[in-house]
Amino acid sequence: MTRPFVEIDHVAMRYGGVDGTLALQDCSMNVQEGEFVAVVGPSGCGKSTLMRLVTGLWPATEGNVIVDGSEVDGPVTIAGMAFQSPTLLPWRRILANVMLPLEVTPEHRGRLRRERPQYEARARELLKLVGLEGFDGKYPYQLSGGMQQRTSLCRALIHEPKLLMLDEPFSALDVFTREELWAVMQDVWMVRRPTVILVTHDLREAVYLADRVLVMSARPGRIIAERKVDLPRPRTLETTYTPEFQALTADLRRYIAAARSGEEVTI
Amino acid sequence: MAEMSARALARYQSMAAAARRQRRLEHWLPWIVIGGMFALWEIIVVAFGIAEFILPAPHDIVNSMIRWWRPLMQDSLVTLYCTLAGFGMAIVGGVLLGVAIGSSQMVYKGLYPLLIAFNSIPKVAVVPILIIWFGIGVWPPILTAFLISFFPIVVNVATGIATVEPELKDVLRALGAKPRDIIVKVGLPRAMPYFFASLKIAVTVAFVGAIIAESVAPNAGIGRLIMVASSRFDVPLVFAGLIITGFMGIVLYWIAEYIERRTTGWATRGQNQNLAAGG
Repeated sequence: MTRPFVEIDHVAMRYGGVDGTLALQDCSMNVQEGEFVAVVGPSGCGKSTLMRLVTGLWPATEGNVIVDGSEVDGPVTIAGMAFQSPTLLPWRRILANVMLPLEVTPEHRGRLRRERPQYEARARELLKLVGLEGFDGKYPYQLSGGMQQRTSLCRALIHEPKLLMLDEPFSALDVFTREELWAVMQDVWMVRRPTVILVTHDLREAVYLADRVLVMSARPGRIIAERKVDLPRPRTLETTYTPEFQALTADLRRYIAAARSGEEVTI
Repeated sequence: MAEMSARALARYQSMAAAARRQRRLEHWLPWIVIGGMFALWEIIVVAFGIAEFILPAPHDIVNSMIRWWRPLMQDSLVTLYCTLAGFGMAIVGGVLLGVAIGSSQMVYKGLYPLLIAFNSIPKVAVVPILIIWFGIGVWPPILTAFLISFFPIVVNVATGIATVEPELKDVLRALGAKPRDIIVKVGLPRAMPYFFASLKIAVTVAFVGAIIAESVAPNAGIGRLIMVASSRFDVPLVFAGLIITGFMGIVLYWIAEYIERRTTGWATRGQNQNLAAGG
Protein backbone atom coordinates (compact mmCIF):
# COMPACT_ATOMS: atom_id res chain seq x y z
CA MET A 1 0.00 0.00 0.00
CA THR A 2 1.27 3.47 -0.86
CA ARG A 3 1.84 6.05 1.75
CA PRO A 4 -1.36 7.89 2.74
CA PHE A 5 -1.78 11.41 1.39
CA VAL A 6 -2.94 12.71 4.76
CA GLU A 7 -1.72 11.11 7.97
CA ILE A 8 -2.99 12.25 11.33
CA ASP A 9 -1.03 10.49 14.00
CA HIS A 10 -2.20 10.56 17.65
CA VAL A 11 -3.00 14.24 17.48
CA ALA A 12 -4.26 16.32 20.41
CA MET A 13 -5.46 19.87 20.23
CA ARG A 14 -6.07 22.12 23.21
CA TYR A 15 -7.29 25.69 23.01
CA GLY A 16 -6.30 28.50 25.33
CA GLY A 17 -3.32 27.20 27.25
CA VAL A 18 -2.85 24.34 29.71
CA ASP A 19 -6.35 24.35 31.23
CA GLY A 20 -8.07 25.24 27.96
CA THR A 21 -10.66 23.13 26.17
CA LEU A 22 -9.39 19.84 24.85
CA ALA A 23 -10.89 19.60 21.37
CA LEU A 24 -9.08 16.53 20.08
CA GLN A 25 -7.24 13.76 21.85
CA ASP A 26 -5.44 10.74 20.52
CA CYS A 27 -7.01 11.32 17.13
CA SER A 28 -5.60 9.27 14.26
CA MET A 29 -6.71 8.86 10.68
CA ASN A 30 -5.30 8.29 7.21
CA VAL A 31 -6.59 9.41 3.85
CA GLN A 32 -5.31 7.97 0.59
CA GLU A 33 -4.59 10.14 -2.41
CA GLY A 34 -7.73 10.71 -4.47
CA GLU A 35 -9.94 9.31 -1.74
CA PHE A 36 -13.19 10.94 -0.62
CA VAL A 37 -13.46 10.70 3.15
CA ALA A 38 -16.30 12.02 5.29
CA VAL A 39 -15.94 12.74 8.98
CA VAL A 40 -19.15 12.68 11.01
CA GLY A 41 -19.74 13.18 14.68
CA PRO A 42 -21.91 14.80 17.30
CA SER A 43 -21.86 18.59 17.29
CA GLY A 44 -18.94 20.19 19.06
CA CYS A 45 -16.72 17.13 18.64
CA GLY A 46 -13.85 18.99 17.05
CA LYS A 47 -14.53 18.26 13.38
CA SER A 48 -13.72 21.79 12.33
CA THR A 49 -10.58 21.69 14.45
CA LEU A 50 -9.47 18.72 12.40
CA MET A 51 -9.86 20.80 9.22
CA ARG A 52 -7.67 23.54 10.58
CA LEU A 53 -5.00 21.11 11.69
CA VAL A 54 -4.81 19.42 8.31
CA THR A 55 -4.56 22.73 6.45
CA GLY A 56 -1.93 23.91 8.90
CA LEU A 57 -3.89 26.95 9.99
CA TRP A 58 -3.41 25.90 13.61
CA PRO A 59 -0.58 23.83 15.01
CA ALA A 60 -1.42 20.61 16.85
CA THR A 61 -0.71 20.53 20.57
CA GLU A 62 0.52 16.94 20.35
CA GLY A 63 1.18 14.46 17.58
CA ASN A 64 1.97 14.80 13.91
CA VAL A 65 0.04 15.84 10.86
CA ILE A 66 1.63 14.79 7.57
CA VAL A 67 0.23 15.97 4.26
CA ASP A 68 1.66 14.92 0.90
CA GLY A 69 4.75 13.43 2.49
CA SER A 70 5.82 16.36 4.62
CA GLU A 71 4.99 17.38 8.14
CA VAL A 72 2.59 20.33 8.42
CA ASP A 73 4.14 23.24 10.27
CA GLY A 74 2.39 26.18 8.64
CA PRO A 75 -0.47 26.72 6.20
CA VAL A 76 -0.23 24.13 3.42
CA THR A 77 -0.62 25.83 0.08
CA ILE A 78 -2.21 22.94 -1.79
CA ALA A 79 -5.62 23.02 -0.14
CA GLY A 80 -8.92 24.37 -1.32
CA MET A 81 -11.52 25.09 1.34
CA ALA A 82 -15.26 25.62 1.44
CA PHE A 83 -17.35 26.37 4.50
CA GLN A 84 -20.94 26.42 5.66
CA SER A 85 -21.25 30.07 4.61
CA PRO A 86 -20.14 30.78 1.05
CA THR A 87 -17.88 33.69 2.19
CA LEU A 88 -17.90 35.27 -1.26
CA LEU A 89 -16.63 38.81 -1.69
CA PRO A 90 -19.73 40.93 -2.30
CA TRP A 91 -17.85 43.53 -4.36
CA ARG A 92 -16.59 41.02 -6.89
CA ARG A 93 -18.50 39.44 -9.72
CA ILE A 94 -18.82 35.65 -9.72
CA LEU A 95 -15.94 35.10 -12.14
CA ALA A 96 -13.62 37.33 -10.10
CA ASN A 97 -14.72 35.57 -6.92
CA VAL A 98 -13.86 32.19 -8.38
CA MET A 99 -10.49 33.47 -9.53
CA LEU A 100 -9.49 34.89 -6.14
CA PRO A 101 -7.23 31.93 -5.19
CA LEU A 102 -5.24 32.41 -8.39
CA GLU A 103 -4.30 35.88 -7.21
CA VAL A 104 -2.76 34.59 -3.99
CA THR A 105 -1.31 31.13 -4.60
CA PRO A 106 2.42 31.43 -5.20
CA GLU A 107 2.16 29.02 -8.12
CA HIS A 108 -0.38 31.02 -10.13
CA ARG A 109 -0.14 34.67 -9.14
CA GLY A 110 2.84 35.36 -11.36
CA ARG A 111 1.25 33.73 -14.39
CA LEU A 112 -2.21 35.17 -13.95
CA ARG A 113 -1.52 38.46 -15.71
CA ARG A 114 0.00 36.91 -18.79
CA GLU A 115 -2.37 33.98 -19.08
CA ARG A 116 -5.58 35.64 -17.96
CA PRO A 117 -7.72 34.41 -20.91
CA GLN A 118 -6.73 30.78 -20.28
CA TYR A 119 -7.45 31.13 -16.57
CA GLU A 120 -10.78 32.79 -17.23
CA ALA A 121 -11.71 29.97 -19.57
CA ARG A 122 -10.80 27.53 -16.82
CA ALA A 123 -13.02 29.36 -14.33
CA ARG A 124 -15.93 29.40 -16.80
CA GLU A 125 -15.49 25.69 -17.43
CA LEU A 126 -15.64 25.04 -13.70
CA LEU A 127 -18.76 27.20 -13.35
CA LYS A 128 -20.31 25.16 -16.14
CA LEU A 129 -19.44 21.95 -14.32
CA VAL A 130 -21.44 23.06 -11.26
CA GLY A 131 -24.31 24.35 -13.39
CA LEU A 132 -23.60 28.06 -13.21
CA GLU A 133 -22.94 28.71 -16.87
CA GLY A 134 -23.71 32.31 -17.81
CA PHE A 135 -23.65 33.64 -14.24
CA ASP A 136 -20.01 34.78 -14.28
CA GLY A 137 -20.94 38.47 -14.62
CA LYS A 138 -23.40 38.51 -11.70
CA TYR A 139 -22.73 39.71 -8.19
CA PRO A 140 -23.11 37.23 -5.30
CA TYR A 141 -26.25 38.94 -3.94
CA GLN A 142 -27.98 38.28 -7.27
CA LEU A 143 -27.59 34.53 -6.70
CA SER A 144 -29.54 32.17 -4.45
CA GLY A 145 -27.88 30.51 -1.47
CA GLY A 146 -27.34 27.28 -3.37
CA MET A 147 -25.77 29.11 -6.29
CA GLN A 148 -23.49 31.01 -3.95
CA GLN A 149 -22.38 27.72 -2.42
CA ARG A 150 -21.65 26.35 -5.91
CA THR A 151 -19.54 29.43 -6.56
CA SER A 152 -17.74 28.80 -3.30
CA LEU A 153 -17.01 25.24 -4.46
CA CYS A 154 -15.59 26.57 -7.72
CA ARG A 155 -13.39 28.94 -5.78
CA ALA A 156 -12.11 25.99 -3.74
CA LEU A 157 -11.29 24.09 -6.94
CA ILE A 158 -9.96 26.73 -9.36
CA HIS A 159 -6.29 26.27 -8.47
CA GLU A 160 -6.69 22.50 -8.89
CA PRO A 161 -5.84 21.68 -5.29
CA LYS A 162 -4.67 18.19 -4.48
CA LEU A 163 -6.57 18.44 -1.21
CA LEU A 164 -10.12 19.71 -0.82
CA MET A 165 -11.37 20.47 2.68
CA LEU A 166 -15.12 20.87 3.03
CA ASP A 167 -16.50 22.02 6.37
CA GLU A 168 -20.26 21.37 6.33
CA PRO A 169 -20.54 23.11 2.97
CA PHE A 170 -24.17 22.15 2.35
CA SER A 171 -25.62 22.37 5.83
CA ALA A 172 -27.06 25.87 5.47
CA LEU A 173 -29.05 24.90 2.37
CA ASP A 174 -32.55 23.51 2.08
CA VAL A 175 -32.88 19.75 1.56
CA PHE A 176 -33.62 19.87 -2.17
CA THR A 177 -30.73 22.18 -2.96
CA ARG A 178 -28.48 20.13 -0.74
CA GLU A 179 -29.27 16.87 -2.53
CA GLU A 180 -28.76 18.60 -5.85
CA LEU A 181 -25.33 19.76 -4.74
CA TRP A 182 -24.35 16.27 -3.61
CA ALA A 183 -24.69 15.21 -7.23
CA VAL A 184 -22.70 18.26 -8.35
CA MET A 185 -20.00 17.51 -5.81
CA GLN A 186 -19.81 13.90 -6.91
CA ASP A 187 -19.51 14.94 -10.56
CA VAL A 188 -16.70 17.35 -9.72
CA TRP A 189 -14.88 14.72 -7.72
CA MET A 190 -15.22 12.08 -10.42
CA VAL A 191 -13.81 14.47 -13.03
CA ARG A 192 -11.00 16.00 -10.97
CA ARG A 193 -10.24 13.30 -8.42
CA PRO A 194 -8.87 15.49 -5.64
CA THR A 195 -8.39 14.08 -2.15
CA VAL A 196 -11.42 15.26 -0.21
CA ILE A 197 -12.08 15.49 3.50
CA LEU A 198 -15.71 16.36 4.12
CA VAL A 199 -16.81 17.30 7.60
CA THR A 200 -20.56 16.96 8.05
CA HIS A 201 -23.25 16.02 10.52
CA ASP A 202 -25.53 14.67 7.80
CA LEU A 203 -25.11 10.90 7.62
CA ARG A 204 -26.91 10.55 4.29
CA GLU A 205 -24.58 13.16 2.85
CA ALA A 206 -21.56 11.29 4.17
CA VAL A 207 -22.67 7.93 2.74
CA TYR A 208 -23.78 9.44 -0.57
CA LEU A 209 -20.48 11.18 -1.22
CA ALA A 210 -17.69 9.33 0.56
CA ASP A 211 -15.60 6.26 -0.09
CA ARG A 212 -15.11 5.92 3.63
CA VAL A 213 -16.93 7.44 6.61
CA LEU A 214 -15.15 8.11 9.89
CA VAL A 215 -17.08 8.65 13.10
CA MET A 216 -15.74 10.94 15.79
CA SER A 217 -16.46 10.71 19.49
CA ALA A 218 -17.82 13.57 21.57
CA ARG A 219 -15.26 16.11 22.76
CA PRO A 220 -12.36 15.49 23.12
CA GLY A 221 -12.74 14.06 19.64
CA ARG A 222 -11.08 11.00 18.23
CA ILE A 223 -12.01 8.51 15.53
CA ILE A 224 -14.06 5.71 17.06
CA ALA A 225 -15.45 3.95 14.01
CA GLU A 226 -14.93 3.58 10.31
CA ARG A 227 -17.21 2.33 7.54
CA LYS A 228 -16.28 1.69 3.95
CA VAL A 229 -18.91 2.68 1.41
CA ASP A 230 -18.76 0.31 -1.52
CA LEU A 231 -21.85 1.55 -3.32
CA PRO A 232 -21.22 1.93 -7.06
CA ARG A 233 -20.76 5.39 -8.54
CA PRO A 234 -22.21 7.60 -9.75
CA ARG A 235 -24.63 7.39 -6.87
CA THR A 236 -28.01 9.01 -7.29
CA LEU A 237 -30.93 9.86 -5.06
CA GLU A 238 -32.26 6.40 -5.95
CA THR A 239 -29.19 4.95 -4.27
CA THR A 240 -30.21 6.54 -1.00
CA TYR A 241 -33.36 4.39 -0.93
CA THR A 242 -31.53 1.08 -1.38
CA PRO A 243 -31.29 -1.29 1.62
CA GLU A 244 -27.46 -1.16 1.57
CA PHE A 245 -27.50 2.63 1.86
CA GLN A 246 -30.12 2.54 4.60
CA ALA A 247 -28.21 -0.11 6.52
CA LEU A 248 -25.03 1.97 6.38
CA THR A 249 -26.69 5.15 7.63
CA ALA A 250 -28.48 3.19 10.37
CA ASP A 251 -25.13 1.75 11.45
CA LEU A 252 -23.50 5.14 11.53
CA ARG A 253 -26.42 6.58 13.46
CA ARG A 254 -25.87 3.98 16.17
CA TYR A 255 -22.24 4.97 16.45
CA ILE A 256 -23.20 8.63 16.73
CA ALA A 257 -25.76 7.83 19.41
CA ALA A 258 -23.11 5.92 21.31
CA ALA A 259 -20.61 8.72 20.84
CA ARG A 260 -23.11 11.22 22.19
CA SER A 261 -23.75 9.15 25.28
CA GLY A 262 -20.00 8.76 25.76
CA GLU A 263 -20.04 4.95 25.65
CA GLU A 264 -17.22 2.93 24.26
CA VAL A 265 -18.08 1.17 21.04
CA THR A 266 -16.40 -1.76 19.45
CA ILE A 267 -16.18 -1.98 15.72
CA MET B 1 -48.40 34.35 -18.21
CA ALA B 2 -52.08 35.22 -18.23
CA GLU B 3 -53.24 38.77 -18.96
CA MET B 4 -53.69 40.93 -15.92
CA SER B 5 -57.31 41.54 -15.07
CA ALA B 6 -58.48 45.14 -15.52
CA ARG B 7 -58.80 45.62 -11.79
CA ALA B 8 -55.35 44.27 -11.05
CA LEU B 9 -53.92 46.49 -13.76
CA ALA B 10 -55.62 49.57 -12.35
CA ARG B 11 -54.38 48.77 -8.89
CA TYR B 12 -50.88 48.16 -10.21
CA GLN B 13 -50.89 51.50 -12.01
CA SER B 14 -52.12 53.42 -9.02
CA MET B 15 -49.41 51.82 -6.85
CA ALA B 16 -46.75 52.72 -9.41
CA ALA B 17 -48.05 56.31 -9.54
CA ALA B 18 -47.98 56.54 -5.75
CA ALA B 19 -44.39 55.23 -5.70
CA ARG B 20 -43.39 57.84 -8.30
CA ARG B 21 -45.02 60.62 -6.30
CA GLN B 22 -43.21 59.52 -3.19
CA ARG B 23 -39.84 59.41 -4.96
CA ARG B 24 -40.42 62.92 -6.34
CA LEU B 25 -41.32 64.16 -2.89
CA GLU B 26 -38.20 62.53 -1.38
CA HIS B 27 -36.10 64.32 -3.96
CA TRP B 28 -37.48 67.78 -3.23
CA LEU B 29 -38.06 67.34 0.48
CA PRO B 30 -34.68 68.71 1.68
CA TRP B 31 -35.21 71.90 -0.32
CA ILE B 32 -38.76 72.28 0.91
CA VAL B 33 -37.59 71.91 4.52
CA ILE B 34 -34.74 74.42 4.09
CA GLY B 35 -37.00 76.90 2.29
CA GLY B 36 -39.67 76.45 4.95
CA MET B 37 -37.18 77.08 7.73
CA PHE B 38 -36.05 80.40 6.22
CA ALA B 39 -39.65 81.46 5.56
CA LEU B 40 -40.64 80.69 9.16
CA TRP B 41 -37.57 82.53 10.39
CA GLU B 42 -38.45 85.61 8.33
CA ILE B 43 -42.06 85.58 9.56
CA ILE B 44 -41.07 85.25 13.23
CA VAL B 45 -38.49 88.06 13.07
CA VAL B 46 -40.89 90.42 11.30
CA ALA B 47 -43.95 89.47 13.39
CA PHE B 48 -42.22 89.88 16.75
CA GLY B 49 -40.09 92.84 15.64
CA ILE B 50 -36.84 91.18 16.78
CA ALA B 51 -33.87 93.55 16.60
CA GLU B 52 -31.32 92.93 13.87
CA PHE B 53 -28.38 92.60 16.30
CA ILE B 54 -30.19 89.79 18.15
CA LEU B 55 -31.57 87.73 15.29
CA PRO B 56 -31.32 89.21 11.80
CA ALA B 57 -34.02 88.23 9.31
CA PRO B 58 -32.95 86.14 6.31
CA HIS B 59 -33.32 89.13 3.99
CA ASP B 60 -30.88 91.12 6.17
CA ILE B 61 -28.42 88.25 5.89
CA VAL B 62 -28.81 88.17 2.12
CA ASN B 63 -28.21 91.93 1.96
CA SER B 64 -25.13 91.50 4.10
CA MET B 65 -23.89 88.71 1.82
CA ILE B 66 -24.30 90.96 -1.22
CA ARG B 67 -22.58 93.87 0.49
CA TRP B 68 -19.65 91.87 1.82
CA TRP B 69 -19.42 89.28 -0.95
CA ARG B 70 -15.74 89.88 -1.60
CA PRO B 71 -14.41 89.26 1.96
CA LEU B 72 -16.93 86.44 2.40
CA MET B 73 -15.65 84.82 -0.76
CA GLN B 74 -12.00 85.24 0.15
CA ASP B 75 -12.44 84.03 3.71
CA SER B 76 -14.55 81.05 2.78
CA LEU B 77 -11.97 80.01 0.19
CA VAL B 78 -9.27 80.16 2.88
CA THR B 79 -11.41 78.08 5.21
CA LEU B 80 -12.22 75.62 2.45
CA TYR B 81 -8.55 75.32 1.59
CA CYS B 82 -7.51 74.71 5.21
CA THR B 83 -10.35 72.24 5.74
CA LEU B 84 -9.53 70.25 2.63
CA ALA B 85 -5.80 70.23 3.39
CA GLY B 86 -6.42 68.96 6.93
CA PHE B 87 -9.04 66.54 5.72
CA GLY B 88 -6.70 65.17 3.05
CA MET B 89 -4.00 64.60 5.65
CA ALA B 90 -6.58 62.91 7.87
CA ILE B 91 -7.55 60.55 5.03
CA VAL B 92 -3.97 59.51 4.36
CA GLY B 93 -3.00 59.18 8.01
CA GLY B 94 -6.34 57.71 9.06
CA VAL B 95 -6.31 54.97 6.43
CA LEU B 96 -2.71 54.01 7.19
CA LEU B 97 -3.24 53.89 10.94
CA GLY B 98 -6.66 52.26 10.52
CA VAL B 99 -5.12 49.45 8.46
CA ALA B 100 -2.37 48.98 11.05
CA ILE B 101 -4.83 48.88 13.96
CA GLY B 102 -7.36 46.72 12.14
CA SER B 103 -4.88 44.11 11.02
CA SER B 104 -2.65 43.81 14.06
CA GLN B 105 -3.84 42.98 17.52
CA MET B 106 -0.51 44.30 18.86
CA VAL B 107 -0.91 47.71 17.30
CA TYR B 108 -4.53 47.80 18.43
CA LYS B 109 -3.72 46.99 22.06
CA GLY B 110 -0.76 49.34 22.07
CA LEU B 111 -2.25 52.39 20.42
CA TYR B 112 -5.96 52.39 21.12
CA PRO B 113 -5.92 53.78 24.67
CA LEU B 114 -3.62 56.56 23.56
CA LEU B 115 -5.89 57.37 20.63
CA ILE B 116 -8.95 57.49 22.86
CA ALA B 117 -7.16 59.77 25.31
CA PHE B 118 -6.05 62.00 22.49
CA ASN B 119 -9.49 62.18 20.99
CA SER B 120 -10.98 63.20 24.33
CA ILE B 121 -8.91 66.38 24.40
CA PRO B 122 -11.02 69.30 23.17
CA LYS B 123 -9.31 70.47 20.03
CA VAL B 124 -9.87 74.10 20.92
CA ALA B 125 -7.42 73.56 23.76
CA VAL B 126 -4.75 72.37 21.34
CA VAL B 127 -4.91 75.46 19.12
CA PRO B 128 -2.77 77.68 21.40
CA ILE B 129 -0.03 75.05 21.30
CA LEU B 130 -0.24 74.87 17.53
CA ILE B 131 0.09 78.65 17.42
CA ILE B 132 3.21 78.51 19.59
CA TRP B 133 4.68 75.86 17.31
CA PHE B 134 3.65 77.13 13.91
CA GLY B 135 2.73 80.78 14.46
CA ILE B 136 -0.46 82.42 13.31
CA GLY B 137 -1.11 81.35 9.74
CA VAL B 138 -2.65 78.52 7.76
CA TRP B 139 -1.06 75.74 9.80
CA PRO B 140 -3.15 75.93 13.00
CA PRO B 141 -6.48 75.59 11.13
CA ILE B 142 -5.11 72.87 8.82
CA LEU B 143 -3.77 70.85 11.74
CA THR B 144 -6.88 71.34 13.85
CA ALA B 145 -9.02 70.14 10.93
CA PHE B 146 -6.67 67.16 10.63
CA LEU B 147 -6.76 66.31 14.34
CA ILE B 148 -10.52 66.48 14.61
CA SER B 149 -11.32 64.45 11.46
CA PHE B 150 -8.56 61.87 11.88
CA PHE B 151 -10.18 59.77 14.60
CA PRO B 152 -13.45 58.75 12.92
CA ILE B 153 -11.52 57.62 9.84
CA VAL B 154 -9.10 55.50 11.89
CA VAL B 155 -11.86 53.82 13.88
CA ASN B 156 -13.98 53.01 10.85
CA VAL B 157 -11.19 51.69 8.64
CA ALA B 158 -9.92 49.59 11.54
CA THR B 159 -13.40 48.18 12.14
CA GLY B 160 -13.82 47.26 8.48
CA ILE B 161 -10.53 45.42 8.41
CA ALA B 162 -10.84 43.76 11.80
CA THR B 163 -14.25 42.28 10.99
CA VAL B 164 -13.19 40.19 7.98
CA GLU B 165 -14.80 36.76 8.39
CA PRO B 166 -12.37 34.26 9.93
CA GLU B 167 -13.44 31.61 7.38
CA LEU B 168 -12.45 33.89 4.53
CA LYS B 169 -9.08 34.47 6.16
CA ASP B 170 -8.70 30.69 6.47
CA VAL B 171 -9.52 30.20 2.79
CA LEU B 172 -6.83 32.67 1.81
CA ARG B 173 -4.26 31.54 4.35
CA ALA B 174 -4.67 27.93 3.29
CA LEU B 175 -3.69 29.10 -0.18
CA GLY B 176 -0.46 30.57 1.10
CA ALA B 177 -1.65 34.18 1.24
CA LYS B 178 0.52 36.62 3.16
CA PRO B 179 -1.17 38.97 5.67
CA ARG B 180 -0.61 41.74 3.14
CA ASP B 181 -2.58 39.83 0.49
CA ILE B 182 -5.49 39.45 2.87
CA ILE B 183 -5.52 43.19 3.60
CA VAL B 184 -5.29 44.19 -0.06
CA LYS B 185 -7.71 41.62 -1.48
CA VAL B 186 -10.28 41.53 1.30
CA GLY B 187 -9.64 43.95 4.15
CA LEU B 188 -9.43 47.20 2.23
CA PRO B 189 -12.36 46.63 -0.15
CA ARG B 190 -14.40 45.46 2.80
CA ALA B 191 -13.47 48.57 4.80
CA MET B 192 -14.59 50.91 2.01
CA PRO B 193 -18.22 51.31 3.14
CA TYR B 194 -16.99 52.03 6.67
CA PHE B 195 -14.41 54.43 5.27
CA PHE B 196 -16.99 56.43 3.32
CA ALA B 197 -19.37 56.49 6.27
CA SER B 198 -16.53 58.01 8.28
CA LEU B 199 -15.68 60.50 5.50
CA LYS B 200 -19.16 61.96 5.72
CA ILE B 201 -18.64 62.61 9.42
CA ALA B 202 -15.01 63.63 9.07
CA VAL B 203 -15.55 66.20 6.35
CA THR B 204 -18.13 68.08 8.39
CA VAL B 205 -16.12 68.06 11.60
CA ALA B 206 -13.05 69.15 9.64
CA PHE B 207 -14.86 72.48 9.06
CA VAL B 208 -15.47 72.75 12.78
CA GLY B 209 -11.76 72.25 13.42
CA ALA B 210 -10.61 74.81 10.87
CA ILE B 211 -13.07 77.46 12.04
CA ILE B 212 -12.24 76.93 15.71
CA ALA B 213 -8.57 77.52 14.95
CA GLU B 214 -9.38 80.55 12.83
CA SER B 215 -11.39 82.12 15.62
CA VAL B 216 -8.75 81.47 18.29
CA ALA B 217 -5.95 82.74 16.08
CA PRO B 218 -7.69 85.18 13.77
CA ASN B 219 -5.56 85.41 10.67
CA ALA B 220 -7.93 84.68 7.80
CA GLY B 221 -10.95 82.55 7.03
CA ILE B 222 -14.60 82.38 8.04
CA GLY B 223 -13.62 82.02 11.70
CA ARG B 224 -11.82 85.33 11.66
CA LEU B 225 -14.61 86.99 9.68
CA ILE B 226 -17.15 85.90 12.31
CA MET B 227 -14.94 87.15 15.16
CA VAL B 228 -14.43 90.53 13.50
CA ALA B 229 -18.11 90.87 12.55
CA SER B 230 -19.33 90.01 16.05
CA SER B 231 -16.93 92.48 17.66
CA ARG B 232 -18.60 95.12 15.49
CA PHE B 233 -22.08 93.80 16.32
CA ASP B 234 -22.57 93.11 12.62
CA VAL B 235 -24.79 90.12 13.42
CA PRO B 236 -26.13 89.67 9.85
CA LEU B 237 -22.55 89.19 8.64
CA VAL B 238 -21.95 86.62 11.42
CA PHE B 239 -24.96 84.68 10.21
CA ALA B 240 -23.83 85.07 6.59
CA GLY B 241 -20.54 83.39 7.57
CA LEU B 242 -22.37 80.60 9.39
CA ILE B 243 -24.70 79.93 6.49
CA ILE B 244 -21.86 79.81 3.97
CA THR B 245 -20.03 77.33 6.21
CA GLY B 246 -23.09 75.14 6.38
CA PHE B 247 -23.42 75.33 2.62
CA MET B 248 -19.79 74.28 2.05
CA GLY B 249 -20.29 71.42 4.51
CA ILE B 250 -23.30 70.13 2.59
CA VAL B 251 -21.50 70.34 -0.75
CA LEU B 252 -18.51 68.34 0.52
CA TYR B 253 -20.88 65.83 2.11
CA TRP B 254 -22.62 65.38 -1.23
CA ILE B 255 -19.33 64.82 -2.99
CA ALA B 256 -18.36 62.16 -0.45
CA GLU B 257 -21.77 60.54 -0.81
CA TYR B 258 -21.57 60.58 -4.59
CA ILE B 259 -18.18 58.85 -4.57
CA GLU B 260 -19.52 56.38 -2.03
CA ARG B 261 -22.48 55.46 -4.21
CA ARG B 262 -20.26 55.03 -7.24
CA THR B 263 -17.65 52.86 -5.57
CA THR B 264 -19.43 50.84 -2.89
CA GLY B 265 -22.87 50.30 -4.38
CA TRP B 266 -22.56 46.61 -3.46
CA ALA B 267 -22.85 47.47 0.23
CA THR B 268 -26.22 49.24 -0.07
CA ARG B 269 -27.73 47.18 -2.87
CA GLY B 270 -30.43 45.86 -0.53
CA GLN B 271 -32.16 49.24 -0.52
CA ASN B 272 -31.73 49.84 -4.24
CA GLN B 273 -33.09 46.41 -4.93
CA ASN B 274 -36.21 47.12 -2.88
CA LEU B 275 -36.77 50.33 -4.84
CA ALA B 276 -36.28 48.54 -8.13
CA ALA B 277 -38.65 45.79 -7.09
CA GLY B 278 -41.24 48.32 -5.94
CA GLY B 279 -43.46 47.79 -9.03
